[in-house]
Amino acid sequence: MPRRDDLHTILLLGSGPIVIGQACEFDYSGTQAVRALKAEGYRVVLVNNNPASVMTDPRLADRTYVEPLLPATVERVIERERPQALLATMGGQTALNLAVRLAESGVLERYSVELLGARVETIRMAEDRQLFEQTMRGIGIATPRGGFARSAEQARAVARAIGFPLVLRPSFTLGGSGGAVARSFEELDRAVRWALDQSPAGQVLVEESLLGWKEFELEVMRDRADNAVIVCGIENLDPMGIHTGDSITVAPVQTLSDVEYQAMRDDALKAIRALGIETGGCNIQFAVDPRDGKRRVIEVNPRVSRSSALASKATGFPIAKIAARLAVGYTLDELRNDITQVTPASFEPALDYVVVKVPRFAFEKFPGADDTLTTQMKSVGETMAIGRTFAEALGKGLRALEDGGSGLGLDPQLRDPAAVREALRQARPDRIRVLRDGYRAGLTTEELYALTAIDPWFLNGIRAMVEAEEELRRRCATRGGLPSRAELREAKRLGFSDRQLAALCGVDERTLAEHRRAQGVRPVYKAVDTCAAEFEAHTPYLYSCYEDEDEAPRTDRRKVVILGSGPNRIGQGIEFDTCCVEAALALKQQGIETIMVNCNPETVSTDYDVADRLYFEPLTFEDVMEILHRERPDGVIVTLGGQTPLSLARALEREGVPIWGTPAASIDIAEDREKFYELVVKLGLRLPEGAMATDPVQALQHAARIGYPVLVRPSYVLGGRAMTICDNEDDLRAALAGMTGEGPQGVASRVEFGPGRPLLIDRFLEEALEFDVDLLCDGRQAVICGVMQHIEHAGIHSGDSACILPPLGVQKHVLEAMADAARRLALTLRVVGPMNVQFAVQEDRVYVLEANPRSSRTIPFVSRATGRPVAGLAALLMAGKTLAELEVTEEPPPRHVSVKACAFPYHKFPGSDVYPGPEMRSTGESMGAAFRFGPAFAKAYAGIGEPLPRSGAACLSVREQDRMGLVPVATRLRALGFSLFATEGTAQFLREHGFSLEVLARAGGGSPNVVERILARQLQLVLSTPLGPRARRDDEAIRRACVAAGIPFLTTLEAGLAAVAALRELGDRGGDVLCLQELHERRAQPLAGPVLGVQLRVAADHG
Amino acid sequence: MTLLPSGPPALLALEDGTIARGAAFGCLRGEGVGEVVFHTGMTGYPEILTDPSYCGQIVLLTYPHAGNYGMPDGDGESSRVQVAGLVVRELCRSRSGARRSARLEQVLEEAGVLAVEGVDTRMITRRLRTRGALRGVLALLPPAVAASPADEQGFGAALMERARAIPLMEGSELTTRVTLSAPEVLEPTAGPPRLCLAALHFGAKRSILAHFVAAGCRVTLLPASASAEQVLDTRPDGVLLSNGPGDPAACSSAVAATRALLGRLPIFGICLGHQILALAAGARTYKLPFGHHGANHPVRDERTGQVSITSQNHGFSVDAASLSGTSMRVTHRSLFDGTVEGIASDELRAYAVQYHPEAAPGPHDAVPLMDEFLARLAHPRPWER
Repeated sequence: MPRRDDLHTILLLGSGPIVIGQACEFDYSGTQAVRALKAEGYRVVLVNNNPASVMTDPRLADRTYVEPLLPATVERVIERERPQALLATMGGQTALNLAVRLAESGVLERYSVELLGARVETIRMAEDRQLFEQTMRGIGIATPRGGFARSAEQARAVARAIGFPLVLRPSFTLGGSGGAVARSFEELDRAVRWALDQSPAGQVLVEESLLGWKEFELEVMRDRADNAVIVCGIENLDPMGIHTGDSITVAPVQTLSDVEYQAMRDDALKAIRALGIETGGCNIQFAVDPRDGKRRVIEVNPRVSRSSALASKATGFPIAKIAARLAVGYTLDELRNDITQVTPASFEPALDYVVVKVPRFAFEKFPGADDTLTTQMKSVGETMAIGRTFAEALGKGLRALEDGGSGLGLDPQLRDPAAVREALRQARPDRIRVLRDGYRAGLTTEELYALTAIDPWFLNGIRAMVEAEEELRRRCATRGGLPSRAELREAKRLGFSDRQLAALCGVDERTLAEHRRAQGVRPVYKAVDTCAAEFEAHTPYLYSCYEDEDEAPRTDRRKVVILGSGPNRIGQGIEFDTCCVEAALALKQQGIETIMVNCNPETVSTDYDVADRLYFEPLTFEDVMEILHRERPDGVIVTLGGQTPLSLARALEREGVPIWGTPAASIDIAEDREKFYELVVKLGLRLPEGAMATDPVQALQHAARIGYPVLVRPSYVLGGRAMTICDNEDDLRAALAGMTGEGPQGVASRVEFGPGRPLLIDRFLEEALEFDVDLLCDGRQAVICGVMQHIEHAGIHSGDSACILPPLGVQKHVLEAMADAARRLALTLRVVGPMNVQFAVQEDRVYVLEANPRSSRTIPFVSRATGRPVAGLAALLMAGKTLAELEVTEEPPPRHVSVKACAFPYHKFPGSDVYPGPEMRSTGESMGAAFRFGPAFAKAYAGIGEPLPRSGAACLSVREQDRMGLVPVATRLRALGFSLFATEGTAQFLREHGFSLEVLARAGGGSPNVVERILARQLQLVLSTPLGPRARRDDEAIRRACVAAGIPFLTTLEAGLAAVAALRELGDRGGDVLCLQELHERRAQPLAGPVLGVQLRVAADHG
Repeated sequence: MTLLPSGPPALLALEDGTIARGAAFGCLRGEGVGEVVFHTGMTGYPEILTDPSYCGQIVLLTYPHAGNYGMPDGDGESSRVQVAGLVVRELCRSRSGARRSARLEQVLEEAGVLAVEGVDTRMITRRLRTRGALRGVLALLPPAVAASPADEQGFGAALMERARAIPLMEGSELTTRVTLSAPEVLEPTAGPPRLCLAALHFGAKRSILAHFVAAGCRVTLLPASASAEQVLDTRPDGVLLSNGPGDPAACSSAVAATRALLGRLPIFGICLGHQILALAAGARTYKLPFGHHGANHPVRDERTGQVSITSQNHGFSVDAASLSGTSMRVTHRSLFDGTVEGIASDELRAYAVQYHPEAAPGPHDAVPLMDEFLARLAHPRPWER
């Protein structure tokens, strides 16, 4: 059945800001869907408010609405664009839930919009546990025993019927949010309350625990002619009870016989048919009892998922792309397999390698958070590795994590058997390395199996690695010298890295690598081809292994290697992938052969048709050098993938690798605070007073001299890792203890500092406004691309701060001073490509905080805001083009306002005592764009799930210098019908200006206080500007309460002004929807003061 | 010496000069001689190793791990290991799985079959793909030879010469090596027989017979050399032409018997049985370059457009052009290469598929074909009409 001609315009929903459980895998799927539908000739309208995504590049869809993923907004998009169909299966649970709401409220019917990919009944059947169970029972498939509860009492009834332990799964949530295990009535009560809170339906499934059962996933696709295939089977190394997103997973299935696997396959096909998934894919999870092979189906996701992204990368079968085409009418046998080009998509990929996915955690960012692995997902990213054996893939996957380890092992601490048993009692992120210690300490597979319920096949695979390691260690110790050729080859085939082997032999990595190469032990590259070499592969998607035959094609075009950003983590995520993808596409267009290296299966960059060639490899020095050796590129781009490739720059340059763009020496100057200070001073620019310390004593001395509060940060870190503000000496001592690993977090929080990696102690500029400036430079000329003003107060990490482009109410000479300083820094550092400079402005004085001669987190936001593809242009500059040639000569005049707001994962870490600060903790961002500040602001906040309230109570608490500016805010709030509350000083001031309001204490200081009122849901909006060091703890308490209650917490007067401006304009319809194409193309007048709709601070201060 | 325990060195020499060195396991006194074919399934090595259709072939598994779950009881497709040799990337010495199972290496040892691990199986697969199935010899490297590279090279060259001397698969009649010597009757699992089938046993897989027996059939197994009269003597409702090894064109007596049965009894052919039916109807068969061996082969039913994912194992194929003018028409085609995957004649009530509806190993999509055949038999028997 060919393409449907009755459709013309198709609406596609994205998944919004990155959150735990819903990350850039949906950018991958959405981007594939947009491209596939465009290629089929449809007009594609996209709604996604995540500016960091590739799919919101306005050159992809026909209409790109960076608007909140809310029913009212989408309805207005539908009203404007009149699509005939809506594809909601590409944007995760967000898009699916949204589609259900649009269907239920009659919007889809009203505008005659057909839901593609999955029908509403299907989504309901898959999501509503009760319906799901009925459906499964109807086709003879067992589900876990249990019942539904809408209250603690109902949950207790289930517990009495089936006993403990029990698993709780709230309905309609993503990433298992609110999921938990309960072993007693006490635990049950607590967990039920939490779960009911998390479920939008207020319903939770309480069911038999399958703890210790094996967990499997099948990726299934079906077309409207009822052809169905299993794309990939994935086995979780971790047993049931650990969320699959937090599990190490392996493809294909390893421990099932064909009889068992086919029975599961039969169930999967029955399920997809029963659920009525007719045009697309789904993911089905199974639990299997290791004792008797009993099987239960756990859940079905009738959409693409994190696992389908993984399955696509693991097999070379592009699930989302195929699903999009199935949705518009094709059948599987009508679609071609891109890789073989001769066979159809109606087949099941055959793998001749093993794929291992390893989750990446970020508990170091959330001190106090519970780091045990449960049914609620806690990881923030993942790596995938391909090897010819399980051991090889596991070793590669672990070293790709960039968590300081170099594969399985190298941990200097050796646990004794008791410590191993203790450590394994609860699964934690380090469990896989604890297993190694277990074997080294003499535990048997049986014991480890009893402790972990990890299938003995996996355990024995790890045992083999440990035995080989021990044997090599023994030989090196007794015989001395380096391993033989045969030993090296065997170790490499078992997944050992050079660093591990070097440590085993007591030499440095370079020595070992040279020896290995001298022995001729080099990797070869094999293709991921969907068919185990049965057909010729036309898409060079490659992985390394130590075998005989190399398949990497030889080419002699001008070529460049782009190093990607590795696993997502807080501070380094989708934005950098977007930069790498844009660069690859821009360079390809210039006829330059592009070669991508990355190991993150969620990303667009690891789609095999983005670059000319893809190496799915860890981004370690060893792995990258081997690729470069094989490819001999004309250049390597290290400045677009964040800190990961940047930290390799010096080592690569030492090896004579041609680095494109900014010289490594300049990168070094920018990263090395001492050299950077010198440079800034030489240029006559201002810095906050600061000093460098190489030991704690020095740090304390410097701080005393500079004066508290001080900002303390290590060099060479991203995302403000371990950055803190210290108000006094005690604070600083505590911070230092944390960094040396002596603090309460132990080694997890350890930060390297000492000679060569000094600690930076800067004066913290309180009450300053902060700015981010992104620019492009070709070495001779520098052009500002965007100036962003932070809406959060100073001291919040730039990645966590909401910001606005262009800045509002900043005097022209200040903006000019910043632009001038940024340009001079870029030229002096001989930047070729992008650079980001951060400034603080205090009383019109401009301070340079830092300069990063690399792609910044904000580049995609700037690109979406201005319509200028900054990363692509940066890549072309690196390839030798000049700004003049690219016709980039001046800062684009702002025609509209773009606001970025950040999404935080606090809901996932209820125990964590955290608040935004100098260390970045947000996972994602949303953007709002409009012709006036108010609506842009409102959209951005609505987009992170903190919509501005239309009515209710607002609490105001501002420092003295903000009080004059507060009057218009209070006036408007009153006019909008808000009841007003304020803290003591603020209240007094407002009363003097004729407001009547109630006084609240701040946090701990008496009752009634702000925190209590927030938690009691009696406040709907809080504006609190920082009152200095003494009040910071209060601010934190208020912030936490706001997070818990999900209400907006505004920390600058600008934000307050913006909020009321937004409220005033929103009205019932919530403002107009605008697409990027019209914002960019519109020949509107550049913005001027009055358009902004807010009184500026300057005006407020002076009038 | 290797870091982890492993077997003595062994060489796999192919007729094209490819020599791969690995570590031996299984029966170390043995030697593997035969046509080397690759199988792309990711599970099901016990079924593959015991499938009589692999008689005379050295099987290379493209999935790198083998032995993951041992050799579970009951997964065998015949009572013994049938392959001439096994080539894998890595033998898993530890097993998983709830079911009791023997170790792969032990089963091979007892069966007298030599296997090798540690070779670049993908490299060999790519050669087989481009050059076609190649004859090969798998042998242990004598310790004295292993010590000297020159000697090893000479040893490998000698193996290669031997590979070139192996009779070609084309023209090889191998069913006699795997068939029965005397008829055997399988009674239905439960109850009295609903239908009676006569099966020409060319090396039938257990799963095929088990399916029909479970469906209530009495199945009379006849040797490959059985005549049409011998088949009719069992007074069957239908005839089953089983799978089996070798070149169908060399099975002249089976082709003759089938020709004599055509039109007199409903016939169902699987794999070799499909080819024999085609030959009996007057069509031709030919050798495929490297055959179809895997569990992911899409086949389209030309009558309905429906696609099934099938289990396949064949080196020969029915020439589509040669079917014109015969009573048979093409009912199924491979979506991988367009080759004939099924033929039928409703008039003669003869049906056959080139692939394996019984799967084992592989997807169960085509299982209903066997039941459809039984449904067709529910008509009165010809001699009762």
